[in-house]
Parts: sequence; C-alpha cells; structure tokens
Amino acid sequence: MKKLNQEDTKRITDKVLSLSKADECTVTIDGGRTGNIRYARNAVSTAGLVENTSLAVSVAFGKQQGTAMINEFDDKSLEKAVRRAEDLARLAPENPEFMPTPSGAAFKASATFSDKTDAIDPEFRAQVAAYSIEACRKNKLVAAGFFTDESAFQAIANSRGVFGHQQRTSVDFTCTVRTEDGRGSGWVRRDASDVSKFDAREAADVAIEKALRSVEAKALEPGRYTVILEPAATADLLAYMFGAFDARSADEGRSFLARKGGGNRLGDKLFDEQVNVWADPWHPDVPVLPWDSQTMLPREKMDLIKGGKIAALQYSPFWAKKQGARAVGQPGNIVMAGGSKSTAELIANTKKGVLVTRTWYIRMVDPQSVLLTGLTRDGTFYIENGKIKHPIKNFRFNESPVTMLNNIDELGRPEILAGDETPLQLLIPAMRVRDFNFTSLSDAV
Amino acid sequence: MERRAFLNLGGAALGSLLLPPFGRAIAAEDLVKPVDTRFKKMLADTALQAATQAGASYCDVRVGRYLNQFITTRDLNIENVTNTESAGVGVRVIANGAYGFAATNDMTPDGVAGAARQAVAIARANAKLQAEPVQLAPTPGVGEVAWATPFKKDWRLVPIKEKAELLIAGNKAGMEGGASFMQSLLFQVNQQKYFASTDGSYIDQDLHRLWVPFFATAVDKKSGKFRSRSGLSTPVGMGYEYLDGRKEDKFLAAGGVTTLYRNSYDLVEDARAAGKQAKQKLTAKSVQPGKYDLVLSPEHLWLTIHESVGHPTELDRVLGYEANYAGTSFATLDKWQSKKFKYGSDLVNIVADKTTPGSLGAVGYDDEGVKCKRWDIIKDGVLVNYQATRDQAHIIGENQSHGCSYADSWSSVQFQRMPNVSLQAGKKPLTPDQMIKDVKKGIYIVGDGSFSIDQQRYNFQFGGQLYYEIKDGKITQPLEDVAYQANTQEFWNACTALCDERDWRMGGSFFDGKGQPSQVSIVSHGAATTRFNGINVINTARKIG
Repeated sequence: MKKLNQEDTKRITDKVLSLSKADECTVTIDGGRTGNIRYARNAVSTAGLVENTSLAVSVAFGKQQGTAMINEFDDKSLEKAVRRAEDLARLAPENPEFMPTPSGAAFKASATFSDKTDAIDPEFRAQVAAYSIEACRKNKLVAAGFFTDESAFQAIANSRGVFGHQQRTSVDFTCTVRTEDGRGSGWVRRDASDVSKFDAREAADVAIEKALRSVEAKALEPGRYTVILEPAATADLLAYMFGAFDARSADEGRSFLARKGGGNRLGDKLFDEQVNVWADPWHPDVPVLPWDSQTMLPREKMDLIKGGKIAALQYSPFWAKKQGARAVGQPGNIVMAGGSKSTAELIANTKKGVLVTRTWYIRMVDPQSVLLTGLTRDGTFYIENGKIKHPIKNFRFNESPVTMLNNIDELGRPEILAGDETPLQLLIPAMRVRDFNFTSLSDAV
Repeated sequence: MERRAFLNLGGAALGSLLLPPFGRAIAAEDLVKPVDTRFKKMLADTALQAATQAGASYCDVRVGRYLNQFITTRDLNIENVTNTESAGVGVRVIANGAYGFAATNDMTPDGVAGAARQAVAIARANAKLQAEPVQLAPTPGVGEVAWATPFKKDWRLVPIKEKAELLIAGNKAGMEGGASFMQSLLFQVNQQKYFASTDGSYIDQDLHRLWVPFFATAVDKKSGKFRSRSGLSTPVGMGYEYLDGRKEDKFLAAGGVTTLYRNSYDLVEDARAAGKQAKQKLTAKSVQPGKYDLVLSPEHLWLTIHESVGHPTELDRVLGYEANYAGTSFATLDKWQSKKFKYGSDLVNIVADKTTPGSLGAVGYDDEGVKCKRWDIIKDGVLVNYQATRDQAHIIGENQSHGCSYADSWSSVQFQRMPNVSLQAGKKPLTPDQMIKDVKKGIYIVGDGSFSIDQQRYNFQFGGQLYYEIKDGKITQPLEDVAYQANTQEFWNACTALCDERDWRMGGSFFDGKGQPSQVSIVSHGAATTRFNGINVINTARKIG
C-alpha cells in the first residue's frame, strides 16, 4: 500500500471516528517501509524490505476498553475494526483507573523526515555492506554488520478533536570486525534521522581500527578504575535509569527515586552538578514525534536532571490526576550536556584508566539502587599517561548509573546514537568517570 | 532475548518478557474456526509452482495464522485484554545457489505467486555476493501430515471473565500474604502453521502455549526498602489445564521452604507465598561474599542452562553469523572435533529434544519440514554435538538436519533456533533434602532472577528469587543480595551431584531473542536439583545518595 499522506490519514481517521458508537474512540495509523541488509563472514547473509500499514482502534464504554488492530483500509474493514474493538470493550471488565484521552491538543511539528533517507534503495544498502566487507578482506579481517533504514509516518486522532500526522526517517548501522584468528574484535554504531549525516566508510574504519588494536589483550585485575566510557558504553545504563523516572513507582516506594518515609525525591541532588539532562522533541540532532502515541499528549522540552538535581518525573494521566500534578507526553529522546572534547582528548588528559568502547548484556540486579551488571566488549584498552598503552581483556561490571553520574571527572562531546535496549533517541557525551566497579574478568573476545 | 521492548516494560521484575508483535485483533467467535487445509494447500502449491517456474531449485512455503490473547492486571484491576490475529504467507527459495525470502499478507493466488517470484529475484541478487552455494541436507517429503500440541482445555474457549477472576484472585492472595503491590499477566498463543516444500511435504500443525507470570513487591516505607518475588510457574506447551493446580502436581522444595509445581500450577497459592516471601526478603540476612556450594533448583537452573549451554552450542553462533549481535561462541569446532573437550564433569549429560511433551519447543516438524527428534549435546561431560539446520548439517559431518529451524511469524525468515536443551537427571536415587545433607557451607537458590553472560558465553552472573543459607547439612535461614559469578566451563566442571528423575522438571523462556532483525523464540530447559561446589558468590547490596 502506498505511503499515506496527511489528507489520506485525516479522511481515514474521520471515517473511523464517525463509525464508532462508543463514549470515546481513538485511532492510530502507523505505516511505512523498513529496508535492511545483514552480513557476516564477509558475505551478505540476508537482505529484505518490509512494507506495512496498520490501524489501531481503541474504544471505551465508560471504563470498559477494547482495542482492535487491522491492516486493511477499505470501508468494510474500517467498520469491522470498530465493531471488533467495541465487542472487546463490552467483554472487558471495568478498569477503575481508566482515563480518557486529551481534547484539543495541538502539536508543533518536529523535523523528523529526510528526503535522502526516504530515497535509500537496495544498491545503497549493498554499498554500505560492501565498504566494510571489502576493507576487511584487504586487511585479513572478518566483518559482520547490519544496516537498516526506515521511512514511516504516524497519524493519531480521537473523538475529542485531537489529530496529528507526521513523517519520520531513520538509519541504524552496527558493524563488528574480528581478526581471522579471533583474538581481536572492534565495533561501531551510527544512528541518524538524515542519512547524509552517516558515513559508512568512516564507520567501518572505526571498527577495523579497534579490531586491529585489540589483539593480544592483557589481563588487568578487576577493581575500581577511572574509565573513559564512549557514548555507546553508557547508552543502555542511562536508559535503565531513566526508565525508573516514573512518579507513581517513586511515590509508591518501589523505585530508587522513592523517599524514605514516603513521597518521591523530586528536587533532590542525586548526581554530580555537571549532569544536565533534558528531553526535546524538536532537537535538530535527535528529533522525535511531538506527541506520545500512548497517551496522545504533546511532548515538551523539559529538564530531567538539572545541575545534578532531579528536575522532573513522568506522570501517567491517572497518577497526575490523583496527585494533582500535570501529565505531559513521555519523552522520546534524551539529551545530555557535554563538553567540546573528543574521546581522544579525554584520553590525552588521563593518567591511568580504562577505555570502554561498548557495554553488553546489561541487566538490573537491584532496582533499589539501580545496580546493573554487564560486560565490556569489542575494544577495551588500558590508558597510561594520556595514551592507549595496550588492549585489555573484557570485564564484568556491577555498577549503578546513579553512582556513575556522581563520579564524573570530565564530559566529552555528545554523539547521536540509539541504545541496544531502548527506543529512546540519545545524544550523550563520552564520560571520564572515577571508581567504576569491575568485578571479574571475561575471556571473551 | 529481545532487548528494546524489555526496557519499555520497565523494571527488573518484567525482565524476561517481550510483548509479541500485535496483529489483527479478533472477536472471540472467530478464534476457533480453522482455515480450510485445502485452501492452504492451494496457496502453497501456487507458490511452489511460481517459484520453480521462476527458476528456484528449492522452495518452501509457510502459511501461518497466529492468534494471541494477553491479559494484564495490576493489584485488583484488569488493565487490558487484547486479542490479536496475524495471517499471511512466507516463501523461501534457493536460486543460483542463494537464499531468497519474501512474505505477503495478500492471501490470494496472485499475492503468493508474486511473493514467490520476488523471493527468486532476491535470491538471484544475493547470489552475486555468495561465497559458496547453499547446501541443504536431504529431508524426505512426508506427504500430507498433521501434528497438534496435546491439550485438554482450549484457552480460546475459556471465558475472559474466568481468566480475569483467576488473575485478580492471585493478586488478592499476594496482597493478603504481605505484598504491597501485585502485577500478573496471562499470555496465550495458538500458532496454526502450514508448511509445504518442493521435497513433497504438506505439514499442518496446530500449536498451543501459555504463560502466567506475576510479580509481588513488598515495600517498607519507613526504611525505604522494597523487594520483589516473581511467580514460580513455567511457560508451557499445553492447554489451559496447566492452571488447574492439581494436588498431585504440588510438592515441597528442600527444607519445605516453599511449594513447587510440575505439570500444573496453583497461581493463587504461589501468589500468597510470594507475598509472604517478598516481605520476608525485606529483613533477610545479607549474604557474606565468598565461595559456596550452590544447590540450584530447576526453577532457577533452566536459565543458566539456556545461557551457558543452549546459546553457545548454536552452530550459527559458532560459525560467526551472530557475531554482530548476540556474539560468537567459545565452543568452537576444534573443541568439538577433539572429542575430548570437557564442558562439564562426568555427571553432566545434556540432551537436545524437540519432542518432550508439555515443553515450549515441542513440535512435530520444524520450519524446514524436518521431523523433530532428540540427540546428545554433552555426553559424560564431553561436547559431542551442536544444534543444526538443513544448511548446516554437512559442516558437522551429518547427513540430516537436527530440525532446529524456526521463524516467529509468517513474515519472518526461518533460521537456526535452540531446541529444548536439558540436563539429564542423576542415575542414582537422590532427593534435594539428601543432597543438602552433604553441604557444609552452601546456598539453596529457587527461581530465576537477574542474568547476564558475555558474547562468547564464558563469564556469567545470575541471581534468583529465593536464597537460603545451608550450614552443616541444614537449611538455616533466608538470605538476600545474592548473585553468583562463574566461567561456563569451570562451573559445569564443578557439578558434583544431581537429583534423580523424580525431581526433574522444566523451566523455560517465552521470548528468547536472536538475529537481526531480531526474532523471538520459545524454549524449555529441564533439570533436576543440581549441586555445584565452590562457586563465587557476591553481595549485590549497594547504597546510593
């Protein structure tokens, strides 16, 4: 099916809303195409293109709610979707916490669409793979990678007058380069909304250099070290922590942001004062849709951490009403302030430390302290007197991002990336952090 | 395990979940009407013919209809009830020695023929970059056959009200037991899969699975401390009868510390115990770090088996196809070829099996039309085999596939996924209580918790749900803040005792992630209570500002 424009989606959502007999009806249309190419062992293993458009209809009779999803758009199918959602709503028990969606919300468009990304074709994808495969063959290295691009749109509407339609594009590239003998491994990640900001050759070169430098890693005793964490190394650590910025969990006493004795820690200084984090749907480097599709609330530019203090918590519409707070759309991105230095300059200012390219398999050990465990991977190096001295074996860490953000020495230049485990778009700096807790060694390369 | 969705759900308690992709929502009366087999065969034949006419040397077709129902609750409220349906056709071909794949939800002859021709075109394009032609192990055509998950109660016919009342009763019991908050979910799946290939197979399968996880959280507002305990059910490949909680399926854990379940599950009883135990955790003794003999219940050990044996013996990982995402494997071909690589102690026998009744991985045939079977992976501690698909069998000198191919949707390409991988029970009579009598300084762990392992599956760290100190052969008191770290090979070589068949039961994963684009799979892992001597235990308690 062709990509729907705003006129198309307005016509469809109006039609769906007019068909519903429920007290409330909300409609979401998601569509577009996703292309990908996957390679390993210096050869392409899969390539694909998925095109799909889906319609979700949610209705409510009082506090009974039902949802139907469909991917057909003729008039008969639209009516079928509405009737099915209404059938489910009548079967569903009442939810005392049900909240109606907002009325009359207006959305200020964000620059989430790039014509160049929209125009990506199979040849472009093949060329992205070819850069790293050919360079690896020349260097007797082995490349494995994945490039995916998306050109999509979302439209939202409800029976209270809300309507929004916006297009978005993105590219995501990861590449792992290993030496033929398996003793060295390097990795790179690049993300962007506008593909003209992506350079496949530059990215492949980063992974190749890391792979070549990482051979013959030496073991360093586990313990607390000053570390330089590249942005990809902290992305998922931060995402886990911001996942706990929920007001209800904090108020109910089951989050690290719960206050002993009751209430939450909004306004408390929990981090080093260099830590400033905000969400901004209109940020030019990490733009996201100006609404939260779950609640249909507009997103806002908002501080999350300011000068090390907790500046905002996320309120669901139900909890906001109960607590007398204001609900806004959940953030789609996280921006952390940094400095102007490159990672190389941070290294040059380090007497002794460990450079971490990437962290892997991060899991929550204790939500009370946001203690996370995970490992370093694909390029871990020992720094001495401002220079990378030699590669070192990978470590397991047990560390809390709360502690990490309290031990910041210096921040580097922020970089755009997506995390392995979060839908958030991120713009975060490299960090030099004191006393990072490595608890054991891993022989994995 | 799929990673992005995992964080979306928020919190460690939901750590092992991934919401499956939503399809077309359906009204209840549509659920039980099967698609006519003659219609599926007609579509499949159309695709096979179109592919061969376009030049494919091999073609397989999967006509799929996937039905799901999810119910989510919080405390005494039903949060959501969702029914979804997704149907379509996936066509895989080999042309010019390369794979091609295309899928469509246009279930007309023209639609599937178009997808078949597109798959051939993709195969031809991929062939230009192919290092060597795809080599499929022979699989005889089986003609028209059918296989279905054996079940007694069809979840599709159980009223939503009855299910909702069960979940709410569980939440109520948990709160009465001592939990401040309860969350429970019910996942129900029916996959109707029709497979046909140019080998001459037409395989119709009807698969049923369900899972009922819950999370009990106790909060002490005065101290600011909170602790959780997850349910001890396992996801299963059976019907709604799993939730009958039959008396004969209940038994006590070692020392009588809690009630455990096999074959059926009492949600309300376990939730009540969980509420009480979550509260106990608030004041349990914090563990002294050091070396301990670990006595691990199957409700815990399944996850360690999954991560440290299941994944590293996937042949695609060993060869490097997952290098950019999930990683490679330490269990390299040279170790297997040596025929003497000691993965574990002599007691360790690990079997792959896609036939175990009630398991998540049990099917009649895999997604390449290969009849499912059982084989050894580790025998008397030695690595003897891997998990392979048709295009991998020749690499390990075998002339038939292990039947390890799976795709999570009609629209996803099938690839190598883990079968049920299980630790065999001990051959000598031994109960968990008898095992503990020989332990001087140890910890008994029940239930799965935090989990993390490196990209070659050496270094791991696991937590659990319930921890009990073992001192001089007796369970003395509950412990908290426990996690153990080990190296896979050292850990399995530290295996010193296995309980016998009477104690063997399965755990499993409903949403095991792998591949790019990532797909989820389902898998069970069986074990009896097992002892590992001298394992490093760390204390995970931390203070933040």
